[in-house]
Amino acid sequence: MMQIEPYIFSNVVTLLLILGGAFVARSVSRERLWREAAVTLWTRRRFAIVVVGLYMTIGLFDSVAWKGGIPEDAIDVLPNAPLTLVDRAFLGTKEASYSSPFASVEFYGGSALKHPGSHPFGTDILGRDVLYLSLKGARVALLIGGLTSLIAIPLALIFGVGAGYFGGRFDDFVFFLISTLASMPGILLLIALIMAMGRGTLSVCIALGVTSWVGFCRLTRAETLKLRELDYVYAARALGVPEFRIVLRHILPNLAHLIVITFVLMFSGLVLSEAVLAWLGIGVDGSWGQMIDGARDELSRDPIIWWNLLASGASLFVLILAVNAVGDAIRDVLDPRTLKEPS
Amino acid sequence: MGAYVIRRLAYGVGVIVGVLFLLFLLFFTVTQPDDIARRALGEKVSVEVIEQWKVNHGYDRPLWPWQDWDDNLLFEHYRRMLTFDFGVSDADDSPIIDRIRAGVGPSLSLTVPLLVLGILGGIPLSLLVAFFRETYIDRTGVFLCVLAMSVSIILYIVGAQYLIGKVLRWYPISGFDADLLMLPRFLALPIIVGLLSGIGGDVRFYRTVFLEESTRDFIRTARAKGASEPRIMTHHVLRNALIPILTRVVLAIPFLFTGALLLEAFFGIPGLGSMTFDAIQANDFSTLRTMVFIGSLAFVLGQIATDLSYGLVDPRVRFE
Repeated sequence: MMQIEPYIFSNVVTLLLILGGAFVARSVSRERLWREAAVTLWTRRRFAIVVVGLYMTIGLFDSVAWKGGIPEDAIDVLPNAPLTLVDRAFLGTKEASYSSPFASVEFYGGSALKHPGSHPFGTDILGRDVLYLSLKGARVALLIGGLTSLIAIPLALIFGVGAGYFGGRFDDFVFFLISTLASMPGILLLIALIMAMGRGTLSVCIALGVTSWVGFCRLTRAETLKLRELDYVYAARALGVPEFRIVLRHILPNLAHLIVITFVLMFSGLVLSEAVLAWLGIGVDGSWGQMIDGARDELSRDPIIWWNLLASGASLFVLILAVNAVGDAIRDVLDPRTLKEPS
Repeated sequence: MGAYVIRRLAYGVGVIVGVLFLLFLLFFTVTQPDDIARRALGEKVSVEVIEQWKVNHGYDRPLWPWQDWDDNLLFEHYRRMLTFDFGVSDADDSPIIDRIRAGVGPSLSLTVPLLVLGILGGIPLSLLVAFFRETYIDRTGVFLCVLAMSVSIILYIVGAQYLIGKVLRWYPISGFDADLLMLPRFLALPIIVGLLSGIGGDVRFYRTVFLEESTRDFIRTARAKGASEPRIMTHHVLRNALIPILTRVVLAIPFLFTGALLLEAFFGIPGLGSMTFDAIQANDFSTLRTMVFIGSLAFVLGQIATDLSYGLVDPRVRFE
């Protein structure tokens, strides 16, 4: 079997994401209700949406990679390594060691830098540009939030809608499964899953997915129980529409607003959880959590190294704040009344 | 009432059995005893050493009952967990139960004040915010909550250790002393961090609950008969909002445990949280699964206690 290189896979996924985004945008603009909600959202949280969009753009730029085109004198990269747009923008900016923001000399020793004044956030212990590392973190954060949601939301929908709609034994089983998973303290279950599956991006995402689908599953189950009793569902059943088609046409579209709200509200929680995991030493490589973890000891140096911590911490904080702000507004716009705080 | 209590307890037992089965799947089938041995001993050890290690730690038997009904890991796992016979650590062979006994005190000395102060601080604050609903005080309050929720707890820890511990030198950066006079000095910093990281979510949640209650008919009646606004907030809104508050508080108990994991590990408090942290670092699977089991047990018991206490808090609740 031919081995597909990871960078090609990443490019394909990026393309699919852009196409998917375009498709969603088109569908939203065609439905009046969704279009009005989107317009309200935009007028309310213009700034936060722009910030989230900026992070997504950086993440996309960091996902498109190709080989070749590396100048002969580039020393820090393998000649045959696939590089992303962000990698290329910062090619050859590596210094020998720490330098403070906009410095022209090294932080310790004071020997001259190769690129004086060109590192707005300084460089880290290996001389890598901190702005570059912070930008790379955007893709990791979005990957964690996105991939995990892609695992958790379908899982919750299948079990929740199935249990709510069909009831009976399956409902009992799902309810038992939910109560069991919910009784295991979140972070301990998370740690246990990662320890059992081994460390790595995918196992972190699977573990986060397994621990985060439960709340949403409970919500979809309760909502489906309500929807099942509505007149048009009875009408459809009386007309002989197959059960599967009823679920697809009458139940799922009525859960769509919950899916959007949960996705956005879950996202920030997931990225924050990864930061905690990184601190426990089982996070994802290249995340902001890992940068913060690495910068922890730098605060006790004398004179202190603060720019690493500030850059990674601020990148994380701004993304989470923007997503939270958008999430709150989405909840108000799509569901002003019924939805309770997710626990 | 009696039948309800029995049913509720039976369901709790069922959940515990389920939790133990999930733990078995994770720690015996996804990670086989051979993997555990290898992670404990290192990659380059002979087969004999691994076999001997498995014998010493009780891993030397088949996994499933259908392989050997009398002597298998599944039944052994249930027997040991349910009788609190946790065995020895996979990393350093020390008895787990002794370390749990030693860790409970320090853990509780951190989490109990944290929980109590969180409730005492959160409820008055959110009553205040809800009292000024739809004004700029309310909006500022909600904005501050979202701001506080958006900061990762690890930034709070690093920031507090640096600012309060190192620059201002108010409290020691980390450490622990069981002496009652010294204890508050060591606990101050982790408690401040814990409160800061939790207060945003708490206040926002309580505010939502209070606002929901304050649109009820009986609030309008109270207002119509001339009750003052502060009295309505404390006597009518707060008392009727007790059920969601109680649920939240009990749900927070295992989350305190998880928050304590980070706080204990990075403020040097020798409790159950640091024990779990050490277990992660040392690939100590037997300690880890014991901690998950104990956490789940605490949660299930807490949940049953909440369900039963609904009847005490709210006379409208009748157990069928």
